[in-house]
Parts: sequence; C-alpha cells; structure tokens
Amino acid sequence: MNGAEFLLWTRGTAFDIAFAVFVFGLILRFLEIFLLGRKPDLSAPRGSAMLGGVRTVFRRSLPADGNSFRRSSFTIVAGYVFHFGLLVSLLLLAPHIELFKSILGFGWFALPSPIVDFFTAMSLIALIAVLLHRITHPVLKFLSTPEDYLVWFVTFLPLLTGYMTFHHLFLPYPWLLGIHILSVELLLLLFPFTKLMHTFTLFIARWYNGAIAGRKGVES
Amino acid sequence: MTTRIKDLNTAPNNVGKYLSTQGISRRGFLKFCTTMASMMAVSPTLLPQLVEALENAPRPSVIWLSFQECTGCTESLTRAHSPTVEGLIFDAISLDYHHTLQAASGEAAELAREEAMKAHWGKYLLVVDGSIPLGNPGFSTIAGMSNLDMLLEAAKGAAAIIAAGTCAAYGGIPKANPNPTGAVAVQDLIKDKPIINVPGCPPIPVVITGVLAHFLAFGLPELDSLGRPKAFYGQSIHDRCYRRPFYERGQFAETFDDEGAKQGWCLFKLGCKGPSTYNACATTKWNQGTSFPIESGHGCLGCSEPNFWDAGSFYKALSVPTGDLGKIAGYALAAGGIAGAAAGLLAQHKKGQAIKEHKIVTVNDLEKGNSA
Ligand code: SF4
Repeated sequence: MNGAEFLLWTRGTAFDIAFAVFVFGLILRFLEIFLLGRKPDLSAPRGSAMLGGVRTVFRRSLPADGNSFRRSSFTIVAGYVFHFGLLVSLLLLAPHIELFKSILGFGWFALPSPIVDFFTAMSLIALIAVLLHRITHPVLKFLSTPEDYLVWFVTFLPLLTGYMTFHHLFLPYPWLLGIHILSVELLLLLFPFTKLMHTFTLFIARWYNGAIAGRKGVES
Repeated sequence: MTTRIKDLNTAPNNVGKYLSTQGISRRGFLKFCTTMASMMAVSPTLLPQLVEALENAPRPSVIWLSFQECTGCTESLTRAHSPTVEGLIFDAISLDYHHTLQAASGEAAELAREEAMKAHWGKYLLVVDGSIPLGNPGFSTIAGMSNLDMLLEAAKGAAAIIAAGTCAAYGGIPKANPNPTGAVAVQDLIKDKPIINVPGCPPIPVVITGVLAHFLAFGLPELDSLGRPKAFYGQSIHDRCYRRPFYERGQFAETFDDEGAKQGWCLFKLGCKGPSTYNACATTKWNQGTSFPIESGHGCLGCSEPNFWDAGSFYKALSVPTGDLGKIAGYALAAGGIAGAAAGLLAQHKKGQAIKEHKIVTVNDLEKGNSA
C-alpha cells in the first residue's frame, strides 16, 4: 500500500466504518440514558426546573470558585488549557470546518493556521502535564483505570498527528494526513463506549442537577 | 522529430559532438546545463562536472514503448516550442523506436526496434508510457504483439527503464476503478531492472528531459519511496505554491467566481490536492514557464500521484471523507435507535426488578447484623 492508497482508505472505507459506529454508539447511549427516565417528582414545584437546568449547565462551565481553585489549581488550569486548545484546533481550522460542512451542511469562520498551531501545541503540553500528574500523584494514580490511560492516548494521538501533519514532520504528507485521519477514526470508534462520552453526558448531568435544584427553588 | 531517428552508424556517438553537428552552440549547451543543474538542485560547484559528463556521455539509444495511453505524454514533450531544453536533450539521444514519432511504420518499424535492441543489448534506455493490460493480452497490441510480451522482451536488454507518465508509473486512468482491462504499471511487472517513475498526466516535459540528462551525466537519480526522482518530486505542490500564504491565513475561494477566487486566494476548499501531490509544477510551470493549473485558477488534481482518478471528487476538499456520510448516518441512526431502545427497555426492566427486590432495612436490622 502506498501513501495515496492509504490516504484514500482512511478517507473512504475506514472513515465510513468509524463514522457509522460513532453515530450508532451515540444514539445507543443517549437512548439508554433517556429511556431509563426519572422518578416522577410529585412535590409542588417552587421554581423552574428548565431555568435551573440551563443555569447550571452554563455556570459549571465557568472557572471554579476561589476555594475549589485553590484546592486543585493544577487540574483546573491544565484542564482548561487542554480543552480550550482542543476545541480551537478541532473547530476553527479550515480543513476541519470543511469536514463539518460536508456532514452538517454549514460551516463557520476559520482562524489563521499559525494561531491554531499555537493552541494545538498548548493542548499537547497540557495533556502531557495531566498525564504526568496522574502517574505521579499517589491518589490519582490509585484511582486510575486502564480506560483512563486509553482515553488519554486516543485524545492525544489526533492532536499529535495533526501537529505533525501541519508541520510535515518525518513522513510524506499523504501518510501523515492518513495517519491523522486514522487516529481520529480510532477516537470516533471508542468515543461512545468510554469516558469520552462526557463530552455530551456532562451537559445532561449538569442539567439534571440544576433542574432538580431549580424545581426546589434553590440555587445550585 | 522524425529526423532525429537517425542511423546509429553515421551519427557522432557522444552527446557533445552530436549537438555541435546539429548547430547547437556551446553557449546554448551551457545554458541547458545550467537550467538542468538548478532544476536538479545540483550544487553550482558541480556544474562543470555536469557539463563535462553530459558532453562526453555516449548518445544513448532510447526505445520508447507506448501501451495503454492517450499519447498525452508524447504530446507534452513534442508540443514544447523549440529551441527548448526539451528539444535539446531529444536531439542528443538516439530515439530508435517511438511508434508515434518515427517515420517508418508496420514491419519496418518493428524491425528498427529489434535492430536497436540487438545493437545496444544491455545498454539502451527503455521509456514506457501507458499501462499494461493483463486482463486479456488482446486488449492492446502492437504489430500483433501484446503489450506484456513487448515490455518483457524489451526490458530484458534495457540498462534502465523510465516509466513516463502516471499510467506507466502507477497504472493511471486505465487502472481507475473498475479497471476493465486489468491494467498494471511497469513496476508491477519488472522487478530486476532499475525503474525511474516520472509520473504526471502528462509529466512536465522538462522533468522528463531532466531525468534523461541526469541519467546521462550521473547515472540513476536518487528515488523516493514511489520510485520518483527526489530532485523533481521532493516537494509537494502545496510546499511551493504561491497561494500558500492565503492558506495559512485562512483565506479561501469558496466558488470559482467569488471575490476570493478573483483575489487569487487558496483553492483548498475547491478541492485542491496540492498538499498531497509531489511534483515540480509550482516551480518549473508549464508552457515555457507560463503558469501551472493553480495559477490559472483551478485546484491541483494530483495527477502525478497513484490512484489520483479514484481519490474522491476533484472538487471535494482533501480533508473531507469520500463516502456518502448522509446515507451512512441514516443507517447508523436507525440501527442505533433500535439497539438503544432495546438497551433502554432492558435497563428499565432491571430497574423495576431492583425496586421489586428492594428490601427495607431498619435500624434494628442493622444492629442485629452488627451484633451477629
Ligand atoms: S491552492 Fe492548493 S497547493 Fe496552493 S496553497 Fe492552496 S491548497 Fe496548497
């Protein structure tokens, strides 16, 4: 197999499979969660559940309060840097937007690639830092399961290969791009069935938390 | 060009002498060498060596075989207006067989090929354009001889083979899905001879001649993993594209006639395959250095890469998957819906079961448990 064939396979058959499993898995997981339902709350509502839910989804996305921040400043800073860099590289690089456009039917503005490059590098550094933290911190290390390392790896890989592709490092471009796409496909395959689902379930969880509190008329 | 197919016995037998008998001045020859040296990225200090080597190189006998091809490669070479570097090198070689260009036809032509092969056995250069059909030997024949047989026979006595054009190098358009003739490339059939792939649909004329010049002066050029001379195929179109700054800044033409297209912005979104295509178009350009496809407003098709014809739409961006994602998403949604509903019902059932089996434990029970 030469570079061109490899790239074609990753853009064709391999992507079709990964994308199908991804969509299938997402729907499966969502239905599983939503169909389980919640016990009907028979008490008289003292506030709006919807409003409370939306408020919490929003507020928990903001940086933590001073007290929590002091307690785990490293995790919070590295976590924000990584997630922000990941979102910028994923959503604001022109070739990526073309991909979304081909699936969703619409696109949006792109950032100049050197800026995206900077965020990718920040993201990579932050990911390495959180991994080092995880394996050196005794409690974190104790709590870590193989899955934690696996999801770290499949998140790190697309960023690293994307960075290499952008800088044309080590291999001819068709190979680099093919490897990059393949690494994303690995991520897509594992996404619905691992902790990576938190990308979406996080909002569901926050909404439920906020909605329960909102209905009771208390802040959360 | 037909006059170039000369009687080998009467023409001078080295390149320098032959060129001077053809009225090519030394100045013209030196200019040619300089152009070649810069194209091949040969260090300027090696220029005298190149001049000397080329001048004293014996005029090689070249046998050119055309198989499943469109003659575009030959057209590309011969349409270049003289006097050009392309013309110069073609004056210097002894093109002993080329069925499009030679005057002789029929049996006389085949005889010329056989004679040249015999006279230069082990030393001639074999140039091939076009792919070879394996599906049925009758799909493409010359004077009743199948392409496969002719290639195998001619390859045996060749010093080296130049696969000119994407069809000869990688199978090209004849090999495109569903490959009705079972077309293959030269390198799929010949394993025991050095093969230099000079892909392109067609290849850049000056690159073909540059490869010939390199072969005459220094022997086989250094090749990349796809068998292409690194000197000409070492960098991608994207690496050398003058629209690259627009790519980096995120300025793209969205259609062929929008403001971006008029401003000359990057053609990535219009399907440009420049990033994955290795060729010299952006530097040598076409038609005596006039322009290259991107310069005239169309994205690169990637014609010098293997499988370029099957690499998805020419107008789909390189980062976009080739499949029909809408359809795939539809099936996946349906399957996910069914599986999800089943999983949800199972979870509900489990929940109900758990509630049923739930036993109420009082403080007393716990105390009893503790004391036991
Ligand atoms: S036009 Fe093509 S080759 Fe040129 S910068 Fe854009 S993508 Fe690269």
